[in-house]
Amino acid sequence: MCMDITRIDQIIDDHNAEQSSLIQILLDIQAEHHWLPKQALDRVAEKLDVPMNRIQHITTFYKAFSQVPKGRHQIHVCMGTACHVRGAQRVLDTISDATRIKAGETDAELKFSLETVNCLGCCALGPVMVVDGEYHGNVAPAQAADVLKNYE
Amino acid sequence: MSEFVLQIDGKEVTAREGMTIVEAAKTAGIRIPTLCHHDQLEPYGACRICTVEAEANGRNQLVAACVYPAEKGMVVQTKTEKLAKIRKVLVEQMMAHAPDAPQLLELAEEYGADRDRFDKDPSFCILCGLCVRYCNEVKKKNAIGYIDRGPRREISFIPDVAGKECWDCKECFPLCPTSALQAAYVLTEALATPPEEAAQEAGCAGSCSCSGSCG
Ligand code: SF4
Ligand code: FES
Repeated sequence: MCMDITRIDQIIDDHNAEQSSLIQILLDIQAEHHWLPKQALDRVAEKLDVPMNRIQHITTFYKAFSQVPKGRHQIHVCMGTACHVRGAQRVLDTISDATRIKAGETDAELKFSLETVNCLGCCALGPVMVVDGEYHGNVAPAQAADVLKNYE
Repeated sequence: MSEFVLQIDGKEVTAREGMTIVEAAKTAGIRIPTLCHHDQLEPYGACRICTVEAEANGRNQLVAACVYPAEKGMVVQTKTEKLAKIRKVLVEQMMAHAPDAPQLLELAEEYGADRDRFDKDPSFCILCGLCVRYCNEVKKKNAIGYIDRGPRREISFIPDVAGKECWDCKECFPLCPTSALQAAYVLTEALATPPEEAAQEAGCAGSCSCSGSCG
């Protein structure tokens, strides 16, 4: 996967290469690439003059960061109690079948990454799935696969 | 710097401002057990084995003596039944991770801790942070750090840095109360060394498929 290092530099410069903006910079890189390539982290370490062990500590601490490539689209399926009793497992299974990946995985084409979450705070809509931040409530298992057809 | 008097285990102890309870006790020859404390490093307070009862301003508290500053007029108890019980459980918990660590075996003896009390979870690291902090603070090489969080937190060498810095240093090894640190290092080394090189180091021709592990 190629990465534009000048773009990384730009993100760093947007934050004036401030050490105190480390997490914000990492979040920006994560948002753009869907993960944190090592090259980018090396660059951040160098330009902000922060040691790599600190960057690793932070990037492995927060779930928002990924050390491995993620798909272009992030699917989250809620497995919280309310969604669970309304069939979240079947929703998850259909999505797994359609994308051929299990929760926590990313497909080889880097199209989708699939994660489960434990309550999105909108139990009345259950079962809920979220694709790239867009909420789909009351999804029947059959609908779940259809939703994914809208993403390329 | 201003000096003041406090009481530790019934003894009058003179301490200087900025001293921790552990340091003040040491000047009076009173030993408080510690695991994650190191004179050259910033106070950290990870293991809690140094917990003492401290009474100041009419309040009796349990505090970590290695981080808690000594205060004027404070009354400290370092060896009570309550503390022995706390330390016993702490040792038992740490022993679930590192059952054979010499320092823990000693403490277990002292406090009657049962190393098999809790389910085994042999990570061999008690996360005292001595290695990480020594590398950061004293050597300033930052070759080792933490990864992940909560029960999954562990120490990890940064291979790029470790490859350059650690071979000639290894000063953190003797600091580790368990054998986790060396294990982590050996692992990093193995992962960071390409098989051909490892084979050469091991002295075999590298023509077999053993990746040098036979040497
Ligand atoms: S590896 Fe050893 S020194 Fe480092 S944190 Fe673990 S127990 Fe402490
Ligand atoms: S020695 Fe005080 S918390 Fe570890």
